[in-house]
Amino acid sequence: MTRIDQKFASLKAEGKKAFVAYIMAGDPDLATSLALMKGLPAAGVDVIELGMPFTDPMADGPTIQLAGQRALEGGQTLQKTLDMVAEFRKGDSTTPIVMMGYYNPIFSRGVDTFLKDAKAAGVDGLIVVDLPPEEDDELCIPAQKAGLNFIRLATPTTDDKRLPKVLQNTSGFVYYVSITGITGAAAAQAGDVGPEVARIKAATDLPVIVGFGIRTPETARAIASVADGAVVGSAIVKMVEEKRPVPEVLAFVKGLADGAHSA
Amino acid sequence: MAEDLINSFMTGPDEAGRFGQFGGRFVSETLMPLILDLEERYEYAKTDPTFWAEMDDLWKHYVGRPSPLYHAARLTAHLGGAKIYMKRDELNHTGAHKINNVLGQIILARRMGKTRIIAETGAGQHGVATATVCAKFGLKCVVYMGAHDVERQAPNVFRMRLLGAEVIPVTSGRGTLKDAMNDALRDWVTNVRDTFYCIGTVAGPHPYPAMVRDFQSIIGKEVRWQLAEQEGEGRLPDTVIAAIGGGSNAMGLFYPFLDDPTVRIIGVEAGGKGVDERMEHCASLTGGRPGVLHGNRTYLLQDDDGQILEGFSISAGLDYPGIGPEHAWLHDSGRAEYVSITDKEALEAFQLSCKLEGIIPALEPSHALAHVMKIAPTLPRDHIIVMNMCGRGDKDIFTVAKHLGFDMKI
Repeated sequence: MTRIDQKFASLKAEGKKAFVAYIMAGDPDLATSLALMKGLPAAGVDVIELGMPFTDPMADGPTIQLAGQRALEGGQTLQKTLDMVAEFRKGDSTTPIVMMGYYNPIFSRGVDTFLKDAKAAGVDGLIVVDLPPEEDDELCIPAQKAGLNFIRLATPTTDDKRLPKVLQNTSGFVYYVSITGITGAAAAQAGDVGPEVARIKAATDLPVIVGFGIRTPETARAIASVADGAVVGSAIVKMVEEKRPVPEVLAFVKGLADGAHSA
Repeated sequence: MAEDLINSFMTGPDEAGRFGQFGGRFVSETLMPLILDLEERYEYAKTDPTFWAEMDDLWKHYVGRPSPLYHAARLTAHLGGAKIYMKRDELNHTGAHKINNVLGQIILARRMGKTRIIAETGAGQHGVATATVCAKFGLKCVVYMGAHDVERQAPNVFRMRLLGAEVIPVTSGRGTLKDAMNDALRDWVTNVRDTFYCIGTVAGPHPYPAMVRDFQSIIGKEVRWQLAEQEGEGRLPDTVIAAIGGGSNAMGLFYPFLDDPTVRIIGVEAGGKGVDERMEHCASLTGGRPGVLHGNRTYLLQDDDGQILEGFSISAGLDYPGIGPEHAWLHDSGRAEYVSITDKEALEAFQLSCKLEGIIPALEPSHALAHVMKIAPTLPRDHIIVMNMCGRGDKDIFTVAKHLGFDMKI
């Protein structure tokens, strides 16, 4: 069992929904993003998604694009992101960390090396946007063998015929992308999301977490009430972009987490 | 030819869309069902005679195919070696080879019931071709173009707008072709139901590299029979040469000759200011290494951490940090050679073509011509080179004037 599996098991035992927060590693600099990361569990974050910056984030909207650019301009590298996880782990051995990003920086480092280093740093799972099930041999299968969860995105275009393929090698949880579009785009509607989550849950025992388009405690609550949890990324990253102090960002995160947990 | 398929270079890609380790389908889940659907529909269309009948009719009456295969006699005499032919795809409607592929994709899009077409463009040639065919069929057209390219290719931006297309300047990254492709993919991921993404080169996720190659292969197929007509039955070129950004005009010329071992195949990349550690070039094969971008694994310009670098070239059409995966595979397998030509060499070739042949070439084929200038003098007179004159230079006269220090203000 990974930390992710343990976390969802204990949430289930408590009858609680999960709140997942995304931040970009190194945005706007390493020290600030590490301070923010360290504060997330106390703000009520159950799972941390740590963005790995990439020059060409094809599935991301302007907010995450700019965050990646700020991080890269500040000298962030994959090594520094792994170091950040290791540093976080010194003070927190239970909060699951999922690294999220694109394949090329991982491929460039070498898949085996990356998996060994990620595991050693204390990473629990991976979300790699540009690796669909058709490319499972690249990273998904090796990651599972290395003891990391490989979390897959399911989308509104994932029809019933395709769903089993998407779920086949997924572990940890399923990330349901609530809209067709890029991160930070249109708001998700709980009324549309509910039936989709039910459709996925009918096909898997894994928790189904919903993201994309959630930016308020109310929406977090509404979405979490029809799923196993909610993810917020762009709305948090936007506050970093606005140079809000870390405590203010964490207060905002706490509001979102309370929203999701009240569902 | 190709009787022994095991030794054929023409069987790729495999079912996973791979040419060896290159190619593939590295896209987000949202797009995956769309490219699988596209693959299925293309595989069907490919074997449908009515699809090709429609293509042939438009190629002939709308594009002006076949394009001439022209013996460049004065250039041949000037260089004093190999006999040089130019495949005149710059005479196509819209002034470049790009329309060969656009026609195919738009006819397919219509068959799929798609009503909105999106495209990325660098120099603007693919954007103009897409806007043109969309106008002809009454389809909505949105073209993503890097803000930097919008500035340096202003005439093509105006052409696209005249043709009814919406041109969206892309400001992310450095505002070039790579960034335009990112934004086109973001559009597609958002508008999955009605939108068809018309990719302009032999890159992107499977089936695009194979599909675009198939549409562009009309170039090489014509060269085969045209050269036989002019030089005698069975005469093949000894060398074929084409410029490469993403590599669609080159794949179109090369593909029908891959299984003719006597035909030497040379791709010419944009060397910018020189292929060295400054990385001010777009030579992915000679100056990059394998990576994953825009849906496929191929050679990419990237730093040690796998971050993609911006290309640099005088030619907006070659300014792309990757290359089609089939080229990457032909490179590694040794079937084709890849060289690079600097901005300066391309400018010299540009001027020579104007002066000796009365042909103003685009800056892209000027790179191919510059390599012809290098090797032709070293080859015997009975050696036949066919270079792909894949675009005309009208769009580039402002850029060239600037580099030659000529004041265009009237």
